[in-house]
Amino acid sequence: MARPVQYNVKNEGGKPLQIVGAPEGFNGDGFFTTKLSNVVGLARKNSIWPLPFATSCCGIEFMATMASHYDLSRFGAERVGFSPRQCDLLMVMGTIAKKMGPVLRQVYLQMAEPRWVLSVGACASSGGIFDTYSVLQGIDQIIPVDVYVPGCPPRPEAIIDGFMKIQELVGKESIRRRNGEKYKQLMESYGIQ
Amino acid sequence: MELTNDIIKQRLTEKFGDEVTNFEAPYGMLTFEAPKELNLKVLQFLFEDDILQFRFLTDLCAVNYPDDEGRELAVVYHLHNLVNNVRIRFKVFTAVETPDVFSATALHAGANWMERETYDFFGVNFVGHPNLKRILNVDEMDYFPLRKEYPLEDQTRIDKDDAMFGR
Ligand code: SF4
Repeated sequence: MARPVQYNVKNEGGKPLQIVGAPEGFNGDGFFTTKLSNVVGLARKNSIWPLPFATSCCGIEFMATMASHYDLSRFGAERVGFSPRQCDLLMVMGTIAKKMGPVLRQVYLQMAEPRWVLSVGACASSGGIFDTYSVLQGIDQIIPVDVYVPGCPPRPEAIIDGFMKIQELVGKESIRRRNGEKYKQLMESYGIQ
Repeated sequence: MELTNDIIKQRLTEKFGDEVTNFEAPYGMLTFEAPKELNLKVLQFLFEDDILQFRFLTDLCAVNYPDDEGRELAVVYHLHNLVNNVRIRFKVFTAVETPDVFSATALHAGANWMERETYDFFGVNFVGHPNLKRILNVDEMDYFPLRKEYPLEDQTRIDKDDAMFGR
């Protein structure tokens, strides 16, 4: 029998259907006040557009994460963008050779603010087992990283965990952060204007 | 007539006499050596000879023998006769101070990238190559990483984050 559409939109049959709760605020008759940061954070964190930068084995784990079994879309991130201009989250998965470094940096530069970076796997985070002349010893040498996921490769659960950590950061971020002095210093330490 | 190793060896010695040396056949694959000045002459002979017809360059690479003075770098050509399906290996040796070897690009167009790779990793200077620059490593690299000149862990590197490796 075909599954009726309302199955997905109504909470029938006691299936847990989760809707993101409202942020903290004051509630009255016909009005609700809260901080703009909270609302923006709520919207941003549940509709992240990831940009996968998958170069090797960890990328395969990401594919599993994206596919139906683990299904990253449960976290509002099914829209994987392949243009850095549209995306909020750069997911770097895999070994980044030194020659790839400038490419990765350029992709990061092409992303519009606000942007976040998730470094998946030992290679992206530290060079991993490739302690050698040709591999970048961690992408944080060229771009700032928000969350590191350890593992070689990390399981999809770990990638999702890292993704949820990113969501947490995104949700809590003040809308002023990216204009602040501290953020400017961070960017300058990477030579990014 | 089947093209056997003996026939190849015979043809080569007829043409080049004592210049081609060190014939051996590990695992049945004929391997020999010539002075590096002759590498193009030998390759061309192997290419054009009606019996030999080694017209396909399967691979070109280098080997570093740091203890073999005056012959530190070997450039190895793997050639394939596609008509008789016979493969041979041809080596030339050069000193590491003067790593100049003639480029085979005029004879085998496929040598172009392989010579660039060999230059990239071993610093073999292929004389006559149209575009001899690094192909796999970053352009800024100022050493040839596959030469056996370095301790296993390169102490001069500054890009390693020791904290990550528990050192
Ligand atoms: S961390 Fe391990 S699994 Fe991931 S890219 Fe590196 S080697 Fe591959």
